[in-house]
Amino acid sequence: MQLPQFLKPKNELEAGGRQSVPVHRDENEMTKQCPNCRRQVPLSLLWSRHNTCTCGYHFRMNARQRVNFLTDEGSFQELDHDLVGEDVLGFPGYPAKLETTRSATGEVEAVLCGTARINGEPCCLFVMDPYFMMGSMGWAVGEKITRLFEYATEHGMSVVGCTVSGGARMQEGLVSLMQMAKTSAALRRHSDAGLFYLVLLTDPTTGGVMASFAMDGDVILAEPGATIGFAGARVIEQTVRKKLPQGFQKAEFLLEHGFVDAVVDRSEQRETISLLLNLHRGGGV
Amino acid sequence: MAGKTSYERVKAARSADRPTGFDYVNYIFSDFVELHGDRRFGDDAAIVGGIARLSGRPVTVIAIEKGHTTRDRMARNFGMPHPEGYRKALRLMQQAEKFHRPVICFVDTAGAYCGIGAEERGQGQAIAENLVAMSGLKTPILSVLIGEGGSGGALALAVADRVWMLENAVYSVISPEGCASILWKDAARAEEAASCLKLTAHDALEMGITEEVIPEDQLGTPAFYDDLAYKLTQALASLDDLTVEQLVAARYVRFRNIGQP
Ligand SMILES: [Zn+2]
Repeated sequence: MQLPQFLKPKNELEAGGRQSVPVHRDENEMTKQCPNCRRQVPLSLLWSRHNTCTCGYHFRMNARQRVNFLTDEGSFQELDHDLVGEDVLGFPGYPAKLETTRSATGEVEAVLCGTARINGEPCCLFVMDPYFMMGSMGWAVGEKITRLFEYATEHGMSVVGCTVSGGARMQEGLVSLMQMAKTSAALRRHSDAGLFYLVLLTDPTTGGVMASFAMDGDVILAEPGATIGFAGARVIEQTVRKKLPQGFQKAEFLLEHGFVDAVVDRSEQRETISLLLNLHRGGGV
Repeated sequence: MAGKTSYERVKAARSADRPTGFDYVNYIFSDFVELHGDRRFGDDAAIVGGIARLSGRPVTVIAIEKGHTTRDRMARNFGMPHPEGYRKALRLMQQAEKFHRPVICFVDTAGAYCGIGAEERGQGQAIAENLVAMSGLKTPILSVLIGEGGSGGALALAVADRVWMLENAVYSVISPEGCASILWKDAARAEEAASCLKLTAHDALEMGITEEVIPEDQLGTPAFYDDLAYKLTQALASLDDLTVEQLVAARYVRFRNIGQP
């Protein structure tokens, strides 16, 4: 087992500063600019570091990448892959938008659900997708997560949820708002059965998802630098007509204000999550 | 009135002339004792709560209050609650559960307040906690949307066994202005957005999100309040036949079925 994070040496950024970390690059290799340190980072390096820059910046991951990264190879058994909702409101442009999103991402909806093992620890897992309409929650997303909690309750399993969402899906109106209540009720039953629910908040987790199952974990972890909040920063700025404080709504800000248990670097997430799952083995009443 | 457009109803729901939460508390209940504070941080004047009698029976009443005069409206933050308001409501609901009192909520808010302090004190967490608590609360809950039902900030008092809407109340995941500015980068197209969002009481009735639309012909008159008091009393009586387990299971199914294709 690895040492807990607080006993470890400081990270590369603190040890050497941004400039001192060498980046070897082949002139022909594709790169991506890091929004934090501004360097061009070769994609191969980025990928070997699970989509994090050497400066510590965490790039977003799509749901499939995150499932592959978090779970033991071949252990993820997807549930409800084909579940889709309806254009309940007949909302302008919604079916077309869904269609282009589906062909661009290769995914059917904004969340992947299933059973998996993380370092050998079995769990039910849901992972939201920032590239699918910004992880917005309509009927299908709420239904998949609800079914996952029901499955976990029935089978006495822990749930691990990775959230990323702009909130409820506007195009499904009130039906999407009601998903907040539905998922909350399902996770309440899971909790009443004495079962463990761990949340990993990733960038960004806001709106109706933040104000429901994202904040209901027995343990709530967050990725460094993730934006986590109920209201959007721009809306708040317009409402209060003030500059927002430094680091407002970042994972570290929520840690400081007591709303997350720990901020966990991506390189430590598998270890931390599997340890917590292990510590809750034999749960259920 | 039947012929109103969605946006006309939005305007009616927002009108300062409408009865506010406190009016319902005063005219429907007797022996109201207001209870303040969340026991954590403070007392939010945007949410009023306490114990009262409905047709002689003790109930817990929680109402979002916008205020009538300019001064009162400012003091009540125009009915936009902070986390401590939701936490006060939660405390009163749990107290109601302890004493087997039903909970009756009156909802009227543009939304939970969007501010720095609200975020620092966990606006999202406060709403999330209410949704979980209400979904399993072992006592009947009735919620009446009397004006604006602004997204999660309204839902945090509306995970109920019966959800009713006044004829001109609206209930929406986003304001029509917000929707229009996201969709068309033009908040002025709110009228169009309002009809796309299907946010009226009749829309909600069709989607199974509300059980009943309360007519407004006599809004604010003694007859209006008497009629609503009678309906609330009857609704509680019908829920009395259920065991606590049946009640909570039915609430689960109520929300489980919404939007099912
Ligand atoms: Zn960097």
